[in-house]
Amino acid sequence: MITRDDVLHVAKLARLALTEEEIERFQVQLNAILEAVSKVSELDLADIPPTSHPLSLANVLADDEPAPSLTPEQVFANAPSVEDDAFRVPAS
Amino acid sequence: MTIDTLRLTAEEAHNLLRSREISSAELHAAYVEAIDRHDPELHAFLDVVAEPNGDNVPIAYKDIISTAGIRTTAGSKILEHYVPVFDSTVAARCKARGFSVVGKTNLDEFAMGSSTENSAFGPTRNPWDPTRVPGGSGGGSAAAVAAGMAPWALGSDTGGSIKLPSAFCGNVGLRPTYGTVSRYGIVAFASSLDQVGPVAKTVRDCAYLYSVIAGRDPHDTTTVELPEPVAVPQDTDLTGLRIGLPKELNEIEGIEPGVKAAVRVALERAVALGASVEECELPLSVQYGLACYYLIAPAEASSNLARYDGVRYGHRAEAAGSLVELMERTRDEGFGDEPKRRIMLGTYALSAGYYDAFYGQAQKVRTVIKREHEALFERFDLIASPTCPTTAFPLGEKTADPLAMYLTDVLTIPANMAGLPSLSVPCGFSDGLPVGLQLIGPQFSENILFRAAHAVEQALDLDLVPERLK
Repeated sequence: MITRDDVLHVAKLARLALTEEEIERFQVQLNAILEAVSKVSELDLADIPPTSHPLSLANVLADDEPAPSLTPEQVFANAPSVEDDAFRVPAS
Repeated sequence: MTIDTLRLTAEEAHNLLRSREISSAELHAAYVEAIDRHDPELHAFLDVVAEPNGDNVPIAYKDIISTAGIRTTAGSKILEHYVPVFDSTVAARCKARGFSVVGKTNLDEFAMGSSTENSAFGPTRNPWDPTRVPGGSGGGSAAAVAAGMAPWALGSDTGGSIKLPSAFCGNVGLRPTYGTVSRYGIVAFASSLDQVGPVAKTVRDCAYLYSVIAGRDPHDTTTVELPEPVAVPQDTDLTGLRIGLPKELNEIEGIEPGVKAAVRVALERAVALGASVEECELPLSVQYGLACYYLIAPAEASSNLARYDGVRYGHRAEAAGSLVELMERTRDEGFGDEPKRRIMLGTYALSAGYYDAFYGQAQKVRTVIKREHEALFERFDLIASPTCPTTAFPLGEKTADPLAMYLTDVLTIPANMAGLPSLSVPCGFSDGLPVGLQLIGPQFSENILFRAAHAVEQALDLDLVPERLK
């Protein structure tokens, strides 16, 4: 059961400043969704290894060759605020 | 000559170009004209490129596929003004073939949804019945192809976002084997599941477009080279093909009678062409697939969407005090309901104390699903089911109930969790709306899927032009 405090805690972890209306609605909806997905805990899978990736690839390495990258103009092309080739953000 | 874009396949368009009966500029103009005619009603496009930009067949891209110099929004306010400075690998490969981009198509925000109603820019409507959804998340690409506004398109499929809209709009859509198509330049949703694939009018077009985009890409280390070249299907002989019908996929509660009947007729045609059909089982994959997906996909999404912080690109909230406030307000303003819900769900499932019970357990269920499918492919070349239990549903029917919306993908999700290729091919109609047949094969079995789907398509010979657009 997700409490209001759980919702606030998760929102803080996820850096979401939710409105009061969102807090109330997400609490109801997350409880319903979590109840449905908790179904996975019905299965006893102690001996089953986890799958994190559908292909069994390991240690895919690239050649250590320099290649062209984005120019500073490209890097800052979509930036909301730039100063002296840096992304500008509030000081604190 | 007049160009009937409602019926013209990409292959036919290519032939007209090659024989110089039309120019690439005329062809591009014909699709832009079709967009002008139909899109005010359907809203399949977020951006239209009026000027021809290639000497080959036109194409549309789901707006989650980065295109240099063309706005790429992922259907989100947070990327409303984002213009990529580089092409995704799939767009670059299409550009190298000369395909002319006609536009970027609508989608559920960050590809999260099953109806395209979660787009921050308004829903897309189904060309067969504009009171109904086109499916999602790639409803724009599917509606565009069905209404002759693009001969073919690219989509992306995480839980069913190519297959479901293809079924609802009467197109052929392929979700390729995970790892065969580069994700470089695709706005990330759930990285262990996301896969780009084609949406087309015919299986041959679908196979050809797959051959253009597939193969290893040094920019995406999860990609591999195809073990064999793509074979664009030609004949319709299915002698020796063993098709399994998992009863959990074919008898799930809520399958519309008309959907069941259409799938049955398609399978009868396959049998008449030499295939054998036998019932089989996927005991846990369907029962637990949805729950598994809705833990793993949101968990990965919560991590992937952390990058939208208002610092480097995308929306930034105005006049925030501290850096943390800036990020929190940027994200609250920029994300719609569904991404927020999934970020919250994923963050919760990954948080201390819940990780093992939710995310860890879901990863083990994923292994079970993978093994169940592998076991079936020792006996069968492919397995079949409806793509969705129903046909396209009315707009607004499921928007208030996230769980009801999630259930739409119950039949497409299991194969995706296992990393398998699967395809939706039109197999008939239920109350005048298209029905999709889902074919699922072992990893890298796209050629078998194409062969079987082509045979069924040819045998059924359906008229897939929406009556109301004729």
